[in-house]
Amino acid sequence: MADATTHQEFDPLATGSRSKQRRSRAIVYTLLVVFALIYISPLLIILTNAFRPLEEIVREGFISMPNSMSFGYWVEAWSTFCIGGTCEGVSRYFSNTLLMTVPATILSTAFGVVNGYALSKWRFKGDMWVFGLITLGVFLPAQMTLLPWAFVLGKLGLSNSIAGLVLVHTVQGISFTTLFCRNYFVSVPDDLIKAARIDGAGFWRIFRRIMLPLSPPILIVCVIWQFTGIWNEFLFGTVFTSGANQPITSAIVAFSGSGTGERHYNVEAASVIFAALPPLFIYVIGGKYFVRGLTSGAVK
Amino acid sequence: MSSLQIKNLRKSYGAVEVLKDINLEAESGEFVALVGPSGCGKSTLLSIIAGLESVTSGEVLIEDHVVNDAAPKDRDIAMVFQSYALYPTMTVRQNMTFGMECRNIDKATQDETVKRVATLLQIEPLLNRKPGQLSGGQRQRVAMGRALVRDPKLFLFDEPLSNLDAKLRVEMRSEIKKLHQTVGRTTVYVTHDQIEAMTLATRIAVMYQGVLQQYDTPKTIYEKPANTFVAGFMGSPNMNFFKAKAVKNGDGFSVVIEGGEGTPLPLPADRYDTLTDGQSIIFGVRPEHFSPASDNRAERKGIASVAVPVRVDMDEPTGSETVLLTTIAGQNATIVCEPDAAPAIGDTVDFEIDMTKISLFDRKSELRL
Ligand SMILES: Nc1ncnc2c1ncn2[C@@H]1O[C@H](COP(=O)(O)OP(=O)(O)O)[C@@H](O)[C@H]1O
Ligand SMILES: [Mg+2]
Repeated sequence: MADATTHQEFDPLATGSRSKQRRSRAIVYTLLVVFALIYISPLLIILTNAFRPLEEIVREGFISMPNSMSFGYWVEAWSTFCIGGTCEGVSRYFSNTLLMTVPATILSTAFGVVNGYALSKWRFKGDMWVFGLITLGVFLPAQMTLLPWAFVLGKLGLSNSIAGLVLVHTVQGISFTTLFCRNYFVSVPDDLIKAARIDGAGFWRIFRRIMLPLSPPILIVCVIWQFTGIWNEFLFGTVFTSGANQPITSAIVAFSGSGTGERHYNVEAASVIFAALPPLFIYVIGGKYFVRGLTSGAVK
Repeated sequence: MSSLQIKNLRKSYGAVEVLKDINLEAESGEFVALVGPSGCGKSTLLSIIAGLESVTSGEVLIEDHVVNDAAPKDRDIAMVFQSYALYPTMTVRQNMTFGMECRNIDKATQDETVKRVATLLQIEPLLNRKPGQLSGGQRQRVAMGRALVRDPKLFLFDEPLSNLDAKLRVEMRSEIKKLHQTVGRTTVYVTHDQIEAMTLATRIAVMYQGVLQQYDTPKTIYEKPANTFVAGFMGSPNMNFFKAKAVKNGDGFSVVIEGGEGTPLPLPADRYDTLTDGQSIIFGVRPEHFSPASDNRAERKGIASVAVPVRVDMDEPTGSETVLLTTIAGQNATIVCEPDAAPAIGDTVDFEIDMTKISLFDRKSELRL
């Protein structure tokens, strides 16, 4: 695959005279810098405030360079800060989210890959209907599913539990992963499956030996999509869990000002960054593969 | 023993019938070519034999067992696909052993078989490469290798050479023929290339629009095509078709090409006894069955012949022979002759027709008379 940074097939700026080229280049870069600043500024502000003493923030406002730096607020945010009645910092909620996100990501991706394989390569009567119904979930607003889920979780005895959220996110996520995988597998030639069937392989052997080895690009897409989506998800966590069982996104709502007493902006800033770090990390690591996986077919 | 039998086979996709009452049977060790234009149902028929498609009605028998309901893996067949269908993430060796692995054949036998087949196809240096690192011709060989390791009852080929360039295609063609002679297995070979069919097959099945037009030896197909479709499809350049009339001429009949001077071309006696005087017919002559009248080829062979005047409109020299695009009695005709004997463009010269090699078809039914 051509690497975008080393190989450019078409340079849209390389037209017209030298001076015109230089001018258009300047405009493009100015615009890029402006937008980059707009997107990065919230992160920068939160990051600087996580190191500043409280009185300095109160005195000089949010937007200012730190005069003195301390990592103490990070430690406090992680382990002793009081959120929603417990004083264990965000670590407890962080692990809640981790325990919810990792299984739900793995399960929804696994189901999606098998669904996508079956729906693209083992056509059966009404398969388009099945596919349509599964992917309807992509377009269904989450609010609409709240009541049915509350009912199901209640019946299963999974209310206010991480396991309940794992179930919800797995099922909701299957819509996306099925859509991604099915559309990716459609580009795998049917002849491969036919050849394997003649060779004597069945459904699962073809899956294991032929489809899975072709799947890394779309697996990466599914994992990144599901991990960041579930990690950042807020509505289900807030509605179906409370207190010590909440995921981190729901827990840090406490910062929105409903609490009494003094605000600890610096500790809260550090907490927020803890909450944002894993998806950010995943995207930085896998972002390149994410774009690649979305745009590539299975077999060149 | 017949190795493959197809009885009254029909196949429909929804309301569209793509195979209409196909009957076919191949003796053990035979090389059957399924030939016909694109979309006539060749691949569908092959897929049905392989068990990848179901039949709508009719029967498929392999070694006298009805296999209609048998899964592809239980039919003991091997197939080479037009796209080669090599498993892209496996090495050449793994591609070849996958089928044996699925059948739980022990590792030692697998290695031995791969070695034997790789030697046969001269692909030993490629065994550890992935398909993506192979050229088109090499992929083709590997695809055949994957079929050969299985030693099945039946080999199925679906246009295996159509993705190769012309030179390689000719090479691989003779290689496939050699392989068939070595291995001796019954083979069904789909192609749209009539030359491949002619050179490889022991019997050719010509298909058109889902109907089996003729199933016979290459010689018979070429010399006695069952209808105008088969006559036109097989042979290159195409057979010439003239609108003509049959005319009673003493004991026998003559052919009179319409639109010309009305010269009767006497047919060999004792044949064509179904003709009636004045019957409208199609008169089929292959381009190579014309010869310049000055050669006296017919006289030397002791065949009565009459020369017809031919106007040469254009020539296409191929080196070994020259193709003349001509007009005979106002109808277009293609003639093949030796380069040295080719007349100049614009000239009108006499050519004689070898009347023992011609074909006559009924004008309405287009069937052979
Ligand atoms: N799965 C299918 N559904 C509907 N029509 C099909 C299907 N497969 C093939 N056909 C039709 O059947 C006809 C024969 O196809 P095929 O056997 O592939 O032809 P060939 O191999 O001779 O070119 C074509 O008209 C094609 O459009
Ligand atoms: Mg075909």
